[in-house]
Amino acid sequence: MKIMARAAALAIGMAVAATPSLAADISGAGATFPYPVYAKWADAYKKSTGVGLNYQSIGSGGGIKQIKAKTVTFGATDAPLSGKDLDESGLAQFPMVMGGIVPVVNVEGIKPGELVLDGPTLAEIFQGNIKTWDHAAIKKLNPSAKLPSSAIAVVHRSDGSGTTYNFSYYLSAVSASWKDKIGTNTSLEWPVGIGAKGNEGVANNVAQTKGSIGYVEYAYAKQNKLTHTDMINKDGKRVKPTSASFAAAAANADWNSAPGYGVILANQPGAESWPMTAATWILMYKAPADPEAAKLALQFFAWAYDNGAKAADELDYIAMPANVVKSVKAMWAKDIKDSAGKPVFASN
Amino acid sequence: MVSLPLDIEKTAADDGRSVVLAKLRRGDAAFRWLTRAAAVSVLVILGAIFLSLIEGAAPAFRAFGLSFITTQSWNPVTEKFGGLAPIYGTVVTSALAMAFALPIGIGVAIFLTELCPPVLRRPIGIAIELLAGIPSIIYGIWGLFFFAPFLQETLQPALIGTFANVPILSNLFAGPPYGIGVLTASFILAIMVLPFITAVSRDVFETVPAVLKESAYGLGCTTTEVVRNVVIPYTRVGLVGGAMLALGRALGETMAVTFVIGNAHRISASILAPGTTISATIANEFTEAVGDLYSSSLIALGLVLFFITFIVLAGARLMLMKLELKSGT
Repeated sequence: MKIMARAAALAIGMAVAATPSLAADISGAGATFPYPVYAKWADAYKKSTGVGLNYQSIGSGGGIKQIKAKTVTFGATDAPLSGKDLDESGLAQFPMVMGGIVPVVNVEGIKPGELVLDGPTLAEIFQGNIKTWDHAAIKKLNPSAKLPSSAIAVVHRSDGSGTTYNFSYYLSAVSASWKDKIGTNTSLEWPVGIGAKGNEGVANNVAQTKGSIGYVEYAYAKQNKLTHTDMINKDGKRVKPTSASFAAAAANADWNSAPGYGVILANQPGAESWPMTAATWILMYKAPADPEAAKLALQFFAWAYDNGAKAADELDYIAMPANVVKSVKAMWAKDIKDSAGKPVFASN
Repeated sequence: MVSLPLDIEKTAADDGRSVVLAKLRRGDAAFRWLTRAAAVSVLVILGAIFLSLIEGAAPAFRAFGLSFITTQSWNPVTEKFGGLAPIYGTVVTSALAMAFALPIGIGVAIFLTELCPPVLRRPIGIAIELLAGIPSIIYGIWGLFFFAPFLQETLQPALIGTFANVPILSNLFAGPPYGIGVLTASFILAIMVLPFITAVSRDVFETVPAVLKESAYGLGCTTTEVVRNVVIPYTRVGLVGGAMLALGRALGETMAVTFVIGNAHRISASILAPGTTISATIANEFTEAVGDLYSSSLIALGLVLFFITFIVLAGARLMLMKLELKSGT
């Protein structure tokens, strides 16, 4: 009976709404980094449920602005909001998917994975203190590599970016002088180098400029067949950028150590951990103005947690581990409620 | 539509005429108001943009004062913003672009109007107009993928090598050759504004009365002398207008410059080094500008660009007035 009544209400609602198919879409905006995987999930989700996703990949900063202006049901950001910020704005935050940031180089005679760098050296290069490829610090890490004496051309992001946030967070963690002089943010005051727009811009500039080094999401390095470097991680072990090493960094993370799961996965402990792993977050109101829309969004996220791992893996993203998913779902039931105080969405 | 009856009394005929005249007058008045409204709407829009720019820029100017336009530290981490680097980049790229494009553009126009065989005139003219129709993003992509690597391997090493031991010039052309940078951006801008200069110059050159030119030729002037002493003085107002149109585009150009300038908030002595412009900075950073002061500083940059454009236009007017005084016309 109840179902019948609801179906009738729904039918009436749909008849009244001018654009029923649009009304049923989930609306979100934010980070560009996870956009490919969100789009892929949305496509599969629409095929199985008929509910579409309208996601504007306008950047993390834009996502935060839009959710605070309440023009979208969820915002997406690569740079997590602080606990204070979340409390003040009444937002809930949870991680959706992870990926890795890799240094990419264009040095004559160097093949992918041949070069290895560590955090302090990387920080010195991006501060302009190491100017040539045959600098002693690089040579010491790569005794067998044939390094040219050519100048290092640094390529960084010119637009504000969660990738830059995670990259600079890592460099701040491993280099005191980086932390003092430059710091951590989505955009920075870069002491050297050229700026390029977006991951694809950095990838293109590195591919074209001899002697260059940049940092991109792993998927972009792979697609553009760029020369990535290996890294020395916190445990002093040499690691390659692979799904396994990104996942290892995530597995070792203590997700409950920061409010809103706002853990930056840079410089995580563990012998296998890739030091520049990054998560991306979703922001939603704890008391959404439109509980129905919030419910649709949470249903989609639950579906993505449960069924999205394969699609993520194909695009070189890492799905969230099962224990995190369980904790996030429990948080939804506890925190995201309608005006009557009932959970908007409770899985299972 | 109104037929005037001929066989009625004079007064009636007068009435008819006055009705028609009144109707015409109303039409004219309506037309006058329509055009006036169109003109006023431009002022209203301009004023509205100006006011909202001032409102948006106020927090930045309150926080930094005049140092906003005299310092070049642009630091989103500490929220300290100085816009000198993009202001410098905007002015330098536009000036260089004009320096490259003006002689070429006017040269093309002179060739087209004075020397070109009629068969070639149309194809070259159409090609230039097509150049004007290419979207700026295409120039940017072409600049990044083809032109910048080309410069990186040819012109830039040559410049660095040639002037390595010359004082001053060695700083102006200091390496390493990135391919992209201030010079590359200026080249791209020059190509983009070339059609504006050429098209306007060609049109104004065609307005020179043939009798003037023929008289000069009759006195034994060479083509060079005719162009220099008759054509260009006769058309200087139009030429300056075309140049201003081009300069306006160069100052505000965004996408193409963003691709090839290197987007670095630094003022370098070398024109091969990366830099940035006002519009490129806004395009790059506005979406991710978190915090009021950051957004406000970007809007303040927009306001500065507004002023630069205004100063340039005023300067051009002044120059024209001086020219006219000097020639006594």
